[in-house]
Amino acid sequence: MNDGRGIKLENACFRYAENGWSLEIPELRLGTQSLTCIVGPNGAGKSTLLRLAAGILKPDTGIVRLGGQNLCGMPRRMIARQIGFLPQETPPLFDYTVEMVARMGRYAYAGWLGDLDVEGRQAVDAALAAVGLQAMRERPLSRLSGGERRQALIAAVLAQTPGTLLLDEPTAALDIHHAVSVMRLLADLGESGRAVVIVTHDLNLAAMFAERLLVLVNGRVIADGQPGQVVCNKVLRQVYGNDVLVVDHPETGGPLVVAQRQADAAERRDHA
Amino acid sequence: MPSRMRRSVWTLAVFFAVFFSVLALLPWIGAEHLEWTEIIAYVLDGQRTAHGLILIHQRIPRILLALLVGGALSLTGATLQVLFRNPLAEPWTLGVAGGAAVGAFLPQVFPALGSVCGPLNATQFLSLLGAGGAMAVVWTFARRAGTMTTHALLLAGVTLSIVCGGVVMLLVYFIAPFKVASFHRWMMGGLDVIGYRELLSMLVLGLPGMLMLASQAREYNHLAFSEEMASGHGVDVARVKRLTFLGAGLTTAACVAVAGPIGFVGMIVPHIVRRLIGFDYRLVLPCSFLLGGAVLAICDGIARTVIAPTEIPVGIITAVIGGPAFLFLLGKRTT
Repeated sequence: MNDGRGIKLENACFRYAENGWSLEIPELRLGTQSLTCIVGPNGAGKSTLLRLAAGILKPDTGIVRLGGQNLCGMPRRMIARQIGFLPQETPPLFDYTVEMVARMGRYAYAGWLGDLDVEGRQAVDAALAAVGLQAMRERPLSRLSGGERRQALIAAVLAQTPGTLLLDEPTAALDIHHAVSVMRLLADLGESGRAVVIVTHDLNLAAMFAERLLVLVNGRVIADGQPGQVVCNKVLRQVYGNDVLVVDHPETGGPLVVAQRQADAAERRDHA
Repeated sequence: MPSRMRRSVWTLAVFFAVFFSVLALLPWIGAEHLEWTEIIAYVLDGQRTAHGLILIHQRIPRILLALLVGGALSLTGATLQVLFRNPLAEPWTLGVAGGAAVGAFLPQVFPALGSVCGPLNATQFLSLLGAGGAMAVVWTFARRAGTMTTHALLLAGVTLSIVCGGVVMLLVYFIAPFKVASFHRWMMGGLDVIGYRELLSMLVLGLPGMLMLASQAREYNHLAFSEEMASGHGVDVARVKRLTFLGAGLTTAACVAVAGPIGFVGMIVPHIVRRLIGFDYRLVLPCSFLLGGAVLAICDGIARTVIAPTEIPVGIITAVIGGPAFLFLLGKRTT
């Protein structure tokens, strides 16, 4: 593997002054697989890790490199051309239209007044086509479903034409249909040559679509590998306790995570 | 896209037309009915006719000042609403105008402060300090509380305004009780100027302030989503914030130093503009300036004619019209 590829965290440490909680990453390379999913319990530091990788947060110690260069020294515009970042969804102050949102992704390329060149317009069109919202360009966000709104925000990231996409919970609060369609879209993007990294709580969608799975607990990476290796009772019970059980997915044969009604049921069966 | 561009140009043209028709029509309305013949005699022949003096040295500078101050306050309001993520933010409701008023007022009770500081006079300089101080207080308050609710921030800002008003009146009563009536008038905001000196002095601080705010028009669109999303798009968020603070402080200080704290224009005009033309700040900012100027000039027109031949401070008109609108918007957001 070429050393310059992707985003590399070296001895990165980020500490929250309020409570002393810290995220510590001795060494991690992101953005070299088609689709990487970061999973872990609430408060494990998933979003913090993603923000460090996007250069939104600066590590207290250590370094984050993009293509070998220190991310913190780079101007935001330069970063935005290589890394697309979508934070967790917050309601916008104003009700922008889908087209306007998608065009915002071109900030890092556009001229002073935000006028787009031919390439920019093509990127916006392609981004809207990729998420399937061409027909709704003029519609305001408030008149979209939750899934469509998420797709519009993803379109803005795609319009940036970055090599790496970092998305924080792109499927949160979506029903299973919309969640699967967003994951399919991300997996397709990954296969078309971009590297997609997402934070998610949905272990099953992660196991089904990801090429690589990263498990974060209390600010440390405790497992990193293909879904088949990571999603097993041994790893998940370290994370979630004995409330989970991994079975085989009837369609794919891959791992499927289910909850248990009684926490000790699995233990009893394992001993039997 | 050409059609999009054409629509923007038309929108701007309409707002410019409103702005300039106010400038063209309002000078003819007032306590004194102006005779054309006297105006022409003044302008062309240089005769010092009374009507010519009224038009050129009273009404026109006053209307220009109203256009400038109203525009500046509305522009500032539109940007503060994004920065504080609060649609009711503006220099007055955040207490920034109040802070500027305390500063602007000091040289009047302590004439020793009235020395000239470079191109600025002491009023403007201290007004700027006051605005900066108030902004720092509100911003710290907003940050400290983290995810602070809309209402708590407004409560803090309006309280700050009231405290500043109290400080001013306290100083007046202690130091210059014979000036109570005139200062009370000033605290309500007024545009009664003669000649063009105030107009020019307002531009010293106001023009750089407004240019700073206007230069970030595109960035405000991104900031309206969230700071993180704006950063992700490539916006230098820290720079936008710095420029907004500085620009809003300069502009508010310039307005308050010349016209006193005028409330509500800066809050309501951006609302009307966004309702009319949408949320693209590249248009919202210039249109807020143009409409804000027109609105304040019209309010001032009412203020100087409603009980003619005497007049009332324009701040009373904006408060009487703007206060209920503020309450209406506040109520609408709760539900």
